[in-house]
Amino acid sequence: MWRAAIVLLGTLTCASALAEQVRVGEGVYRPLYRNEPDQPVAAFLLDETPVTNEEFLQFVAAVPRWKRSTASKLFVDDHYLAHWAGDLELGTNAQPDHPVTHVSWFAARAYAKWKGARLPTLAEWEWAASASETSAETRGDTNFLRRILNWYSKPASTGTQPVRSTYKNLWGAWDMHGSVWEWVEDFNSSLVTGESRADSSLERPMFCGSGAAGAADVEDYAAFMRFALRSSLTARSATSSLGFRCARDLPRDPPEDSL
Amino acid sequence: MNISKSYSPRLARIALGLFAAAALSTSASGATLPVEEAVLTHAPNVPPPITRRTPAKVVINLEVRELVGKLADGVEYTFWTFGSTVPGPFIRVREGDHVEFHLHNFPDNKLPHNIDLHAVTGPGGGAAASFTAPGHTSTFNFKPINPGLYVYHCATAPVGMHVANGMYGLILVEPEHGLPPVDREFYVMQSEFYTEGAYGEPGLQTFSMNKALDERPDYVVFNGSVGALAGDNSIHAKTGETVRLYVGNGGPNLVSSFHVIGEIFDKVYIEGGDRVNANIQTTLVPAGGSAIVEFKCEAPGTLVLVDHSIFRAFNKGALGMLKVEGEPNTEIFSGKTMDSVYQPEGRSIPHDAPRPPREEGKAKTLAQQKADGEAVYKQTCFACHQATGQGIPSVFPPLAKADYFNEDPDRAVAYVIFGREGPLTVNGAQYNQVMTPQNITDEQIADVITYVLNTWGNKGGRMTVERVREIREGGPAPFGAGIGAH
Repeated sequence: MWRAAIVLLGTLTCASALAEQVRVGEGVYRPLYRNEPDQPVAAFLLDETPVTNEEFLQFVAAVPRWKRSTASKLFVDDHYLAHWAGDLELGTNAQPDHPVTHVSWFAARAYAKWKGARLPTLAEWEWAASASETSAETRGDTNFLRRILNWYSKPASTGTQPVRSTYKNLWGAWDMHGSVWEWVEDFNSSLVTGESRADSSLERPMFCGSGAAGAADVEDYAAFMRFALRSSLTARSATSSLGFRCARDLPRDPPEDSL
Repeated sequence: MNISKSYSPRLARIALGLFAAAALSTSASGATLPVEEAVLTHAPNVPPPITRRTPAKVVINLEVRELVGKLADGVEYTFWTFGSTVPGPFIRVREGDHVEFHLHNFPDNKLPHNIDLHAVTGPGGGAAASFTAPGHTSTFNFKPINPGLYVYHCATAPVGMHVANGMYGLILVEPEHGLPPVDREFYVMQSEFYTEGAYGEPGLQTFSMNKALDERPDYVVFNGSVGALAGDNSIHAKTGETVRLYVGNGGPNLVSSFHVIGEIFDKVYIEGGDRVNANIQTTLVPAGGSAIVEFKCEAPGTLVLVDHSIFRAFNKGALGMLKVEGEPNTEIFSGKTMDSVYQPEGRSIPHDAPRPPREEGKAKTLAQQKADGEAVYKQTCFACHQATGQGIPSVFPPLAKADYFNEDPDRAVAYVIFGREGPLTVNGAQYNQVMTPQNITDEQIADVITYVLNTWGNKGGRMTVERVREIREGGPAPFGAGIGAH
């Protein structure tokens, strides 16, 4: 497994929170809607786990403008870090090794930038998440789909669970399904138009029978739910089951040895 | 789903808001109209009729919650709900009102939701306008211009799953001059559930996409769970009263053959619209549709609400009860006046199955008792306790591997003779039904009890005619049996 060290911009105290990254091989992402072309996905690096509360706390401590009390309301809504006990205190509802939730897209992006990384694109995330433990592509694998659907059978009020508590997929990435929803860079580009201000035309295909009219795979209920969630969000939105993980491009000339 | 019988604080606040409403609307729609908060009620209750004869601005607050609730005894399910119940609350407005709708998506929910009210004239019935992320509220306005009884439901992709998990309810748009007054109104909504486990399999059940696609539900229920409208949850009326049922069908797939055993609908507002049909036995309620039925209760007794696609009623839960109290009206229904032997001419006794030979004058062998008992069971006991003695969860107790039966078969004998009424716990599950006295001989009782003792994993043993006779002579007291003995 290819691993890359995180670029550290903070102090050495950050060393305990080193996020491992895994290499996701190249592939093709098949969009939810038939009228969108298949998208090739180049190999890239992806965090092994979602970003944890502890990791996000380090970011907030290092970049105080992202503290809950000081973050601009242009970039976060009132749910931002709502489960933390204080600006710099996690408390009992936010265990250090659980995925951070209640983060907006802006905040997730700022974290990634601080780490010298970026958010994965929708195509990258969907491609990486389509892998089971043993196979890179699970389309049509009803058992895999059922496992994902079972996550929706547990209300979010049961809370988050520690990272690495579901399964590790073929690429080595943990918890791609069954833990939290995850932000992607282009979260609102999933429908027929990339023009997010054209709300009515953007959302119309998601509802009722017409939700299926243009779908490439009308049985991929889990994908429908991810796309419905993404299209319900604005970049300021923060919810109790939405977190993120970082991605980065592969170095041009990767060293022979992993660090 | 059976969450709670008490109103939530939100509903209490809404009810108070109705009386406190003094403000006048200042928004563009419904300017200068009086403002009311809608009274929302949980099934089987219906908000009171609207008495005003002019439009108002009606404010509706509806919260979406994803929560675990009861689907049947011992069976749980993660419901997606409007107002924390399945079906969602009953909404009552008047033709021409200005409705201001607030859809709140509870912050701990995992999913976005919306609402498509079939009473709305406009794109998606409000679906796009109400599409809401967790932790947010959407507001939109509409004017109900067509009176009738309408379904509302969530329409977020994948819509089938949102509906299959419980997101539907009814909204009544009263005509300008109201509906004719009746004595009692109830809210009954049918729907079906698709679970990974078979009917009755205990524990938290998950949604089965395959069964939903095949339209092969495990549960077909009234008001969100097995037994939500039966036993202690039955609805009540008195003889001479006229009852109106607002009947909806959330689906997501099945069309209901709605029928009330023991009544004829005097009136049916077909499909919830204006047209009234009279003297109807069974009316169709389409998925995503409704009907309003009315009937006068003439005779006392229990009327049973069923989907007359009848396997759904007996095996999947589509069973409700309306208990009518009052004096018997023997002119309309006499009850049984005589039971006499019928012996048509030229008819020999049929032999439909080989029986173990029986020697006259001697006691039956165990095999003979079992064979004869099986025949009795299939004629007398089968309808309630079911073919393999499994009963019907929350309605009819099981006999198979039943702790209550095996502990003391004498009790079962007493119940067959004298009948039984009142609460009963069998294998940890509660029942509260009436078993009427069975008109069979002591020998038949001994045989059928012996059959049950030696079948379906029960403990074995025999019941003798002599013991049955003793129990009959002893009366119902020792076992707490007997209708009216409590």
